[in-house]
Amino acid sequence: MLYALCFLLFMIGLYCAVVKKNMVKIVIGIMVMEYAVNLFLIMLGYRAGGEAPIIDKGHLESANEFAKFVSSSVDPLPQALVLTAIVISLGSLALMISICIRTYEKYGTFDITEIRRLKG
Amino acid sequence: MAEKEKNSNGVKGMTVIVKTISSWVKVLIFLFGIYIILFGHLTPGGGFAGGVIVAGSYVLLMLAFGREFVEENLSLPVASRLDCLGAFLFALIAILGLALGGSFFVNFLYQKYLPGEALNLISAGTIPLSNIAIGLKVAASLFLVIFTLSICCKDFKPGTPVNGKE
Amino acid sequence: MSIPLPVFIAVPLVTAFLLPVFSGLGRKGKAVATVLANLVTVSLLVMAVASIGQFRVYEVGKWPIPLGINLVLDGLSSLLLLAISVVSAAAMLFSARYMEQYTAKAKFLCLFLLMVAGMNGVVLSGDIFNLFVFLEIASLASYALVGFGCEHEELEASFKYMVLGSIGSIFILFAVALVYGNTGSLNMAYISKAIQSSGLNAGLSFAMALFVVGFGLKAALVPFHAWLPDAHPSAPAPISAMLSGILIKTLGIYALARVVFNVFGVSVSMGWLLVALGLLSMVAGAFLAIGQGDFKRLLAYSSISQIGYVVLGIGLGGLIIARAGNSITAKELAWASLAILGGLFHLVNHAVYKSLLFLTSGSVQMSTGTRQLKQMGGLAEKLPFTRATCTVASASIVGIPPFSGFWSKLILVIAAIQAHFYWVAAIIVFVSLCTLIMYLKVQRYVFLGELPENLQQSKEAKNSMLVAMIFLACLCVLMGLLVLVPSLRSHILNPAVKVLTDGLEYSTKIINM
Repeated sequence: MLYALCFLLFMIGLYCAVVKKNMVKIVIGIMVMEYAVNLFLIMLGYRAGGEAPIIDKGHLESANEFAKFVSSSVDPLPQALVLTAIVISLGSLALMISICIRTYEKYGTFDITEIRRLKG
Repeated sequence: MAEKEKNSNGVKGMTVIVKTISSWVKVLIFLFGIYIILFGHLTPGGGFAGGVIVAGSYVLLMLAFGREFVEENLSLPVASRLDCLGAFLFALIAILGLALGGSFFVNFLYQKYLPGEALNLISAGTIPLSNIAIGLKVAASLFLVIFTLSICCKDFKPGTPVNGKE
Repeated sequence: MSIPLPVFIAVPLVTAFLLPVFSGLGRKGKAVATVLANLVTVSLLVMAVASIGQFRVYEVGKWPIPLGINLVLDGLSSLLLLAISVVSAAAMLFSARYMEQYTAKAKFLCLFLLMVAGMNGVVLSGDIFNLFVFLEIASLASYALVGFGCEHEELEASFKYMVLGSIGSIFILFAVALVYGNTGSLNMAYISKAIQSSGLNAGLSFAMALFVVGFGLKAALVPFHAWLPDAHPSAPAPISAMLSGILIKTLGIYALARVVFNVFGVSVSMGWLLVALGLLSMVAGAFLAIGQGDFKRLLAYSSISQIGYVVLGIGLGGLIIARAGNSITAKELAWASLAILGGLFHLVNHAVYKSLLFLTSGSVQMSTGTRQLKQMGGLAEKLPFTRATCTVASASIVGIPPFSGFWSKLILVIAAIQAHFYWVAAIIVFVSLCTLIMYLKVQRYVFLGELPENLQQSKEAKNSMLVAMIFLACLCVLMGLLVLVPSLRSHILNPAVKVLTDGLEYSTKIINM
């Protein structure tokens, strides 16, 4: 059920990136799509009733405690994947915004229907 | 505009209250960012999150004091060199793993020289060193990005060239 | 001699981090940076030639396979590594003189080496999320490089390329997330094993559809090609050569072939989908190219058409394998191998001659200052070397014997006829005729005819640019030997074909290493 809501967020971002005419709104649509995919990736690792996958002194006292920790913590691998994906989307966002700003200087508008020098 | 002329030394920026408080808070935020970077192998965070917080402290300074003040403090070529230094350190750790351990990125400190006890600051081998390198690189890069984006003035006419850009 | 695999990725990456230091040091700093970058690309070429035909798995950090990331060098990877290093060495040598027209040359070299490092990473990766990360590195570097000149058209083209490329990357990430959720592992060999034992459910089929859309956007297959005709002309000429020559093939076709053949296993519907996309790209690209008036835009549409050939060859091979199922006869395996050989050989050929064509268009643009065909003419006596190399490349791409393009198109036609797909063979021949028309148009408008007055002062290209173009032209002539000489074929091309026809045995080979 939650996965369907995640997919709905992805579709909203895709609609925004495809339909809108302002360059900044297109960039925001792409960012909403990225957030939706990151959310989906974190939700994949969830275990009902789990705890955060951070070791502290109490868990290392005996093998029993450790086994209980391993079987009740959520999956940490999707969290590492999402960290990488957030860094990548940050770099992509910085590049997109700087191209938007430079295009505004040259053309004077953010409207993509007026930025159509390349045709054919 | 009147508020800006009332400032004591004529530098652009915000009012006296904001400037005083932000110059104290900036140091605390910088220290907090360094804490997150150094303890990255024990608590959540690590290189990237700590680097973003350190860059954020400089953004606070930029908002309160104006861009020229921060440029005197940490100029563009210095930030660019720090950026390359951070990335180069990370690559150096990987190559040292090859030279001393037999494979790229091997945790050679943990396996051979300095195991340390678990859950202390000095443990887990090369991971804190990688965190420091990544933190340095991310802080310098984000600072450069936000600084370069802020060169575009708020009220310029499209088509006129802006000073200071290449 | 066994070079550790991460060296292919680490050497350009570390050099890319060192180069921006030179950007503030004046003319001597620029010269040192250029020499360093050229040394890196030439050494990558030497290393790629030294690792032909090996099969190696490298575990990064000595973590065993399901826990850690591994890098895999098999036949397909080594073929593509060779192509990447040849094209990048030639383009880097060309850009030593060409990029003097732009400012910030050290940053250009840094981004170029980042793109090469990203592509090497995509080709060598054995882990599907690692493939995504390197794909993003190469894509981000190419978005910045397309808009490098910061003029009106370049920024517009770069924005269009970036929006569509980002949407493609997000689709790929979504598909990787679905695959992880359904199989529980990120390593390609382990994913393949899990899919073989449990079969395809709805989530995995949706993931495969998302992979086709995402990699199709990167490869500019026809419904997703809208960014290519704007991005390739606006980029500086060595970057157009890299983009059209090797980036769309590595990020799009290699990744698609690896995921479809080795991880999921090719099915009948997927084979028909690849064949349909290939045919659509061939025909649409050829028709749209004939009416173009801009030199580089015509070359860009012609790229779309030639990528259709490659996808058609690979799809035809996959379709034959999938239709036969588990009881495949030796004859059908030979047909499939021939089709895939035609597709992969066409990929390598196209990398060489399309990058040569873009480099000659850059030389023409540097001499005359324009890209419009109608404003040029009669440049044959002013630019003799450019004219000779452009003619060699055009003859290759049209398919005139004994140049390399003839052999790959012949193999594709023979494979189509042998497998009883006669209409496909007819379409291949028809599109070759359209390619002939468009390149005759190029030759007539650019080199023959009368020299207009404003172009009387045009001069030939300088030394380093000439060396790069002549190197690629010699390769165009000699590449036919790759298929005719049996020992070269069995060392270089056949391992690559075997990787794709073996398909799902990739996983057993890696797990048992």
